[in-house]
Amino acid sequence: MIWPVAIGELHGVFSWLYSLLESTGLSQPWLDIIRYIVLGLVVFGVLCLIALFLVWWERKIAAHIQQRFGPMRHGWHGWYQTIADALKLLQKEDILVDTRDKVVFFWAPVICFVAAFLAYICIPFGDKLIVADLNIGILYIIAITTFTVISLLMAGWGSNNKYALLGGMRSAAQIVSYEVPMVASILVVVVFVGSLSMVDIVEAQSGWFTNWFIFRVPFGPIAFVTYIIAATAEANRTPFDIPEAEQELVAGYNIEYSGMKFSMFFLAEFANGFTVSAIAVTLFLGGWHGPFLPSWVWFMGKTLAVVFLLMLFRWTYPRLRVDQLMEFAWKFLVPVTFANLILGAWMKYAGWYW
Amino acid sequence: MKGFYVAPYLSILIFIVIGIGLVLFTFFLARLIRPSHPYPAKTINYECAELPIGDSWIQFNPRFYIFALIFVIFDVEAVFLFPWAVAFGQLGLYALIEMVIFILILFYGLYYAWKQGVLKWV
Repeated sequence: MIWPVAIGELHGVFSWLYSLLESTGLSQPWLDIIRYIVLGLVVFGVLCLIALFLVWWERKIAAHIQQRFGPMRHGWHGWYQTIADALKLLQKEDILVDTRDKVVFFWAPVICFVAAFLAYICIPFGDKLIVADLNIGILYIIAITTFTVISLLMAGWGSNNKYALLGGMRSAAQIVSYEVPMVASILVVVVFVGSLSMVDIVEAQSGWFTNWFIFRVPFGPIAFVTYIIAATAEANRTPFDIPEAEQELVAGYNIEYSGMKFSMFFLAEFANGFTVSAIAVTLFLGGWHGPFLPSWVWFMGKTLAVVFLLMLFRWTYPRLRVDQLMEFAWKFLVPVTFANLILGAWMKYAGWYW
Repeated sequence: MKGFYVAPYLSILIFIVIGIGLVLFTFFLARLIRPSHPYPAKTINYECAELPIGDSWIQFNPRFYIFALIFVIFDVEAVFLFPWAVAFGQLGLYALIEMVIFILILFYGLYYAWKQGVLKWV
């Protein structure tokens, strides 16, 4: 069954802008370059809006779970609190440690942000709303988000601070360990679609919602759950947030950062949280498919629902110890995800799915 | 997709330039309006208000290098698994059995590491 196409799709705006650009008579390479520059600025704006909204939302959810109100003073339920916070961070003094490694310390937040920003090239925000449909889409996103590890290690090493170094080391070990089950859960979907392109993966789930990969029992739900666990660890969120455990490491890798440099880490963290949720939606929850409403509304709604799930994890579960974390990854998640991959491949071969 | 073939990959290069440029621009903007009053007590390392003893660039036991080695093995395997997963629809039973054998050999390695006590947090 095909759901009716709704009005209010956004890709018309972009194709109109592109035809406007074409009418200037520039040659093809210049058209592409200008198009990607404009899209880069648009994506940057969207990313900042998403991060501002998510920070506010997380504070409200945390407050309500703890039976508080959270920010209430700036606007309706404090809706522009995070904008005020961002402006405040812009004015904060940049306290630089004497003993830091100057180059590494400076470039760590830049790399952290750029790694989070680059993943947005391949996220399909809606029907035809994708910057560039790379044919290696999901592999590209996995590769580029892993650059975050390098930036966290750089931040930990460059600050010349023991807490920061421990935090950076822990986050490297954790992200590296949970990379393996995450890749294995994603591969189940790739086996079924036969393509790495994000648009192809979404198109494979078109139609009625039983086509979503989460409803392809039994391997779909297993892959979704293992992906969500691994993604929570990848995004350094509780219950897997030992790299920045406030009670023991104070703040982990970003302890010596202040002002705008700190806010870049903060922005990248929320951007990564949104990215892993968007991948979960694209791979398992049908991407932008849905009835009546425009596709980008469906995509944002589903993604925010997954983000809400991650926030619930954060404020309801206690933190794991380092040894539990590592043993859970290697002794449980890795065998389960690979067994699930073989099961999925067998069902694809035998045709036992609907 | 019209245009030349590398056009989608051009976006990565442009996004890298835009990302670095915007971050540096924000740093520059902050530099214009922020105060700057460094003094010695402000610029020492934070260690809960204690004076830090020594550098943190020292040798210590990170306990992670074995995990890193296992990760490298599994990541190399992922490199083989991606093309297998993409082409699986056309390959059939032969590819499935071959990949099962491949994963089993790999898991024998994991089992060996497990029995050796490598995965245990000492």
